[in-house]
Amino acid sequence: MAKKKITLALKRGASCVGCDIAVVNFSEKLFELLEIADVVFSPTLIDVKYKDLEAMPDKSITIGLYHGAVRNSENAHLAEVMRKKCQVLIAYGACAHMGGIPGLANVSNREKIFETVYKKTFSTENPEGVYPQTEWKDEKGRTLTLPEFFDEVYALDDIVDVDYYVPACPPTHKMNMQILELIKAWVEGKAELPPKGTVIAEEKTLCDECPRNPGKEKNIKVDRIRYISEVNPDPDKCFLEQGILCLGPATRAGCGAPCIEANMPCRGCMGPTSRVMDQGGSMLSAIASILGIREDEIEISEEEIEKLVSQIKDPLGCFYRFSLPRSLLRRVVEDRR
Amino acid sequence: MEWRPKIIVFTCNWCSYAGADLAGVSRLQMPPDFRIIRVMCSARVDPEFVLRAFQRGADGVMVAGCHPGDCHYIGGNYRTRRRMALLKLLLQQFGLNPKRFRLEWISAGEGQKFAEVIREFVDEIKKLGPSPYRQIKKEVRKHG
Repeated sequence: MAKKKITLALKRGASCVGCDIAVVNFSEKLFELLEIADVVFSPTLIDVKYKDLEAMPDKSITIGLYHGAVRNSENAHLAEVMRKKCQVLIAYGACAHMGGIPGLANVSNREKIFETVYKKTFSTENPEGVYPQTEWKDEKGRTLTLPEFFDEVYALDDIVDVDYYVPACPPTHKMNMQILELIKAWVEGKAELPPKGTVIAEEKTLCDECPRNPGKEKNIKVDRIRYISEVNPDPDKCFLEQGILCLGPATRAGCGAPCIEANMPCRGCMGPTSRVMDQGGSMLSAIASILGIREDEIEISEEEIEKLVSQIKDPLGCFYRFSLPRSLLRRVVEDRR
Repeated sequence: MEWRPKIIVFTCNWCSYAGADLAGVSRLQMPPDFRIIRVMCSARVDPEFVLRAFQRGADGVMVAGCHPGDCHYIGGNYRTRRRMALLKLLLQQFGLNPKRFRLEWISAGEGQKFAEVIREFVDEIKKLGPSPYRQIKKEVRKHG
């Protein structure tokens, strides 16, 4: 019996559209996907408007991929519409999963961002201090609206209920194939979908699939921190052993380690494994534990320890590069001095 | 009603908890604003625990362990001091006043020191007032 085709929708929030391109990265397998699925909504690929999506009956779309973080009320509204119209909603890519790079804006807030963008930048002339308004009436009484810029950036599941997560920035071909297999098996009635909340990747950390991992033979030690811009990394040696910050120990595997193959350390776009609460805390613990361990440890003073760890510039930016909105503390605050 | 801080103190089983115990049995006066969580070694205190404490509204967090060289597990506190020093930098980046987080070495014999440190810490936190993370809108989320 010929099965009815399923339907797909792709919607982006605060995103660089790299995830739309990642869908193209299904490469020749894209045809296999299109054999079982029709794309009914994707502003990047086909000519559709928001009102077309809003007009669709509830739960009429089988699978929705939402990529990008939630930065403003437009993103939040569309996330809610997607949730209503899709039977299965997938947070696709690091931004929808954990906030991603846009999530780093949580080191600031709306007030400070507006001040920089609309007042302080060198090329801005704004003597009246005009900020974007969510509503404005022109002289003929017509109302113009803009989405509201939120004070902080959210991941998709801070706003709506999410069924599955596909991490990475952007999801790799390997991960796309994993999704394709899951959907195919489901459409053909061979298998059920995985349990709700599953992150479609591996359960171990990147080090487990890293071709350079020497951890099985010896303990890894770091004498001092070196930045990738300062050294020419050895293409076969573990990055941490070379003193280069690599987020492998705190990052979920499943991407196939393409960065490592290109001789670049892991930056953590896959997010933490399910066993830890906070990717940054996990990485901080990993790197600090092996940094500058010496035989004459007892001789090291507290000041030297401070110096040792302050070699890591910007721990927040390094350890939470893709996961700040989904970290334990979520955002930077102001405390009394 | 007067505001009272909530302070979490992680103490290692072998030195600092015994030090806290000594402070107690010696009937040294301490403000009752701290809660002790006993762990086997200060190195058991994952930086995540501290972040979690702040997320859940702690106004101050202290980690206490054996003096360097005295660790019951030989090298545990060498790891602790690196992690906590880096964690302190991270907490500062998160905007918290570094005084809200403290690492102390307290041996089993230093009941006096434990009481003094607690008094001082509670005083400092009282001056700083409630942690700004208390004010952050509490929404339902996975790790909440």
